[in-house]
Amino acid sequence: MPINEKGGAFNPLIVAFCCNWRSYAGADLAGSSRLNYPVNVKVIRVPCSCRVNPLFILRAFQRGADGVIMCGCHPGDCHYTSGNYFARRRTALLFSMLDFLGIEKGRTRVEWVSAAEGAKFANTMNQFAETISALGECKRLEDIRCVESEI
Amino acid sequence: MHADEKRLTEIIIRTSGVNVRKCMKCGKCSATCPNFAEMDIRPHRFVSMVEEGDIAALLQSKSLWRCLSCFACVERCPRGVEPAHLIEAVRMEVVRPQGGNRLRPEAIPALLDESIPQQLIVSAFRKYSK
Amino acid sequence: MQKIGVFICWCGSNIAATVDVEAVAEAVKTEPNVVFSTNYQYMCSEGGQSAIRNAIAEHGLTGIVVCACSPRMHEATFRKAAAVAGLNPYMVEIANIREQCSWIHKEKSEGTEKAIILARAAVAKLNRNVPLFAGESPVIKRALVIGGGIAGIQTALDVADAGYEVDIVEKTPTIGGKMAMLDKTFPTLDCAACILTPKMVDASAHEKINLYTYSEVESVSGFVGNFTVNIRKRARAVNSDLCTGCGVCVEKCPSKSAKSEFNQGLCNRSAIYIPFAQAIPNVPVIDRDACIKFKTGKCGICEKVCTAKAIDYDQEDEIITKQYGAVVLATGFKPISMERYDEFQYAQCPDVITSLEFERICNAAGPTKGKVLRPSDHEPPKTVVFVQCVGSRATVDCGKTYCSKICCMYTAKHAMLLREKYPDTEAYVFYIDVRTPGKSFDEFYRRAVEEYGVHYIKGMVGKVAEEDGHLIVQGSDLIADKQVVIKADMVVLAAAIEPDPTARSLGTMFTASMDTNDFFTEAHPKLRPVESPTAGIFLSGLCQGPKDIPDTVAQAGAAASKVIGLLSKDKLMGNPCVAGCSEPLCNGCSSCELVCPYGAITYEDKMVIDHGVRETRRVACVNEAVCQGCGACTVTCPSGAMDLKGFTNLQIMAEVDAICR
Repeated sequence: MPINEKGGAFNPLIVAFCCNWRSYAGADLAGSSRLNYPVNVKVIRVPCSCRVNPLFILRAFQRGADGVIMCGCHPGDCHYTSGNYFARRRTALLFSMLDFLGIEKGRTRVEWVSAAEGAKFANTMNQFAETISALGECKRLEDIRCVESEI
Repeated sequence: MHADEKRLTEIIIRTSGVNVRKCMKCGKCSATCPNFAEMDIRPHRFVSMVEEGDIAALLQSKSLWRCLSCFACVERCPRGVEPAHLIEAVRMEVVRPQGGNRLRPEAIPALLDESIPQQLIVSAFRKYSK
Repeated sequence: MQKIGVFICWCGSNIAATVDVEAVAEAVKTEPNVVFSTNYQYMCSEGGQSAIRNAIAEHGLTGIVVCACSPRMHEATFRKAAAVAGLNPYMVEIANIREQCSWIHKEKSEGTEKAIILARAAVAKLNRNVPLFAGESPVIKRALVIGGGIAGIQTALDVADAGYEVDIVEKTPTIGGKMAMLDKTFPTLDCAACILTPKMVDASAHEKINLYTYSEVESVSGFVGNFTVNIRKRARAVNSDLCTGCGVCVEKCPSKSAKSEFNQGLCNRSAIYIPFAQAIPNVPVIDRDACIKFKTGKCGICEKVCTAKAIDYDQEDEIITKQYGAVVLATGFKPISMERYDEFQYAQCPDVITSLEFERICNAAGPTKGKVLRPSDHEPPKTVVFVQCVGSRATVDCGKTYCSKICCMYTAKHAMLLREKYPDTEAYVFYIDVRTPGKSFDEFYRRAVEEYGVHYIKGMVGKVAEEDGHLIVQGSDLIADKQVVIKADMVVLAAAIEPDPTARSLGTMFTASMDTNDFFTEAHPKLRPVESPTAGIFLSGLCQGPKDIPDTVAQAGAAASKVIGLLSKDKLMGNPCVAGCSEPLCNGCSSCELVCPYGAITYEDKMVIDHGVRETRRVACVNEAVCQGCGACTVTCPSGAMDLKGFTNLQIMAEVDAICR
């Protein structure tokens, strides 16, 4: 069932791509420090932010995500030396294209979170969820074929 | 805590923008205070009394009028607590209500003296009247 | 057709309190290809693992999903359990329902719903997993230790004693580090030099240890077991092989105005110098900024007086390339700059000094030959004020938020030593808290108060001002609720300590992650305290966090044992989650080759069968031993030929779909 047909209060769906070495560890630290962030945030683990294919982000919007955030190591601190620089360029291009297509800039975000920044991860997710809640549902890219057919 | 004091504590914390919980009780504010001897409630006590909500005593305190607003405590505090801003916020609570003004424009000419810089008059108004 | 088993862990009440584990087990049963699901109190325990093994055998599972803690915690555990039952370890997926679900949500209904979605995503991914097989790579049986302080020396000695070669790279002209500068050590008051210098000699004499002093790591490539490191051996302008260490050159050098680094700038040294008498190697270095010969071309006295003909003004930096199986970071610390603390007048008054400077003043080999004298007029001080927590526990930007850990103890030591040598001198210590968690630490501090009569004042110093040759110290005494003014002759600041500034660039070079204070982070704060998250990089000493000498030595030994464990292996199992190229799709554009940070991709002409047509094409080839699996190439590839095993496009897409369903 597509999320936008759900009754009741709007409950945004947020997909977070986190690199395994820093941001995923930061998310873990947020957990072990018991810092709350919205339940709507679902994390997908990737080895490096540069593994995030723009297709994954498009796919998430097609399938009804209301916001997508990508987290990686701080610039200059990438576990794989330079992956986050590629990711930064790709997302900059992709996000401006998405904006053009009607997916507002607020729905896409890149944040650098290190393994020691559990609090930053939680704060970022809280803020992002707030932004998305304010923006409302995102139907712009939703593709009925995607929703109905299983790959 | 008295309900009124609780409300006042909240107002003081809000208007000063100071997070009193950041204080680690090192006493550097009182160590650095140039007017320490003149104050009945010293800067470090001021912070902990706001934390405890003991506002009634603070409203009566001579320190409100003896603080030089030199901001040495603000500058030196290793935790960024800003005690002088708390003192200012409490002073405002005394000065702002009806009839609370401690300095009236009419009183100025008598106080004037060639050596007083104009800036002092401006800042005195800021400190002692609403 | 897969047969998937799902195992949900309660983690005691850590998960079960906010996630209805029964409901999750029930919900995942309807997911595609799930044939079995169960829950258990502690999945990682022997009971839980045997449940997994039994289920694999009983149901003929081809893959398992474990819904438990973070994969960073127990992925390896469950992979091993699966392997024991004959399942390929890469057919295991973890759904993180503890750190990223139960611990952050309070509502049980919400937690359960999210746990189901996370489990569903893991199942969706697992449906597209294929068995992966790790390659092997050899281990080079040599370790590199960066930093030659007590941490580096101890790690090197322990590794070398186990029979492996170790190289120490030290950026200063001698090993010994900060410990060599100390006078006595707390809480036993034994002399730092007496316990350190024998270790320095052991390190230099050890047949397995090779010292590169006055050298720095320039660049690094490779991976665990197989690092290639370029070391820049800076030119000393002295030939180490010929030099006898007689010291005549140092004595005769006419340029004596450079500040002695070893003595914290409290006295001068000559342009050609040996940092201290017990330096190892005992070979001088020419400071080119201070040397008259290097500055003007005239002089050359050291060359003339050197009977060994060791002076070589034309010596150039040398780049040494060596291979290592393991790297230990032992870069140490330095006190923070006191320049910005105007209230203490450090930059203005020579008699306001840091504790490390006081350490040199106390030391018999120091600038005052061990007599405590004021730097300004060389008079013995009658009153000394010690200020603790200068820059530590501070949230303002010139300070550090953490406790530097060692200051309370060394301040007690300094005050005690002062009172012992000069019973007529008064010692005052301003403290916020006295932190003495360590063996015999509190007793030591109490001795300073009770036996030596050191005055401890709870409060901080607000202002130091110079007046008639004295230092007027204004501080607060919180117990007496007084402002105290002390007429002192010397003020000693217990400056906060911070990681050595070179740590930052090394961290980037070795991809060793750092926290916001530039301390290296450990792979796990409790269970893997001496390993960096990057395989093959180990941490020793203060570069990981503030600690005293006993802790440093203990950690150095722990790091050594981890290094020995690694070097004792002949081969390492590689990571099979590496990139792979689908040759029929590859168009030979070289995009992937350009983005690969490891140079793992090369191009070869290969016979390719595309739609039944055989032809020779230029296609990408991945060196699986070199590839680290970042995935940069997969996204760059315009034709989609590159994919990353373990994180394929289809797998991640399936996760996205499952989450957004």
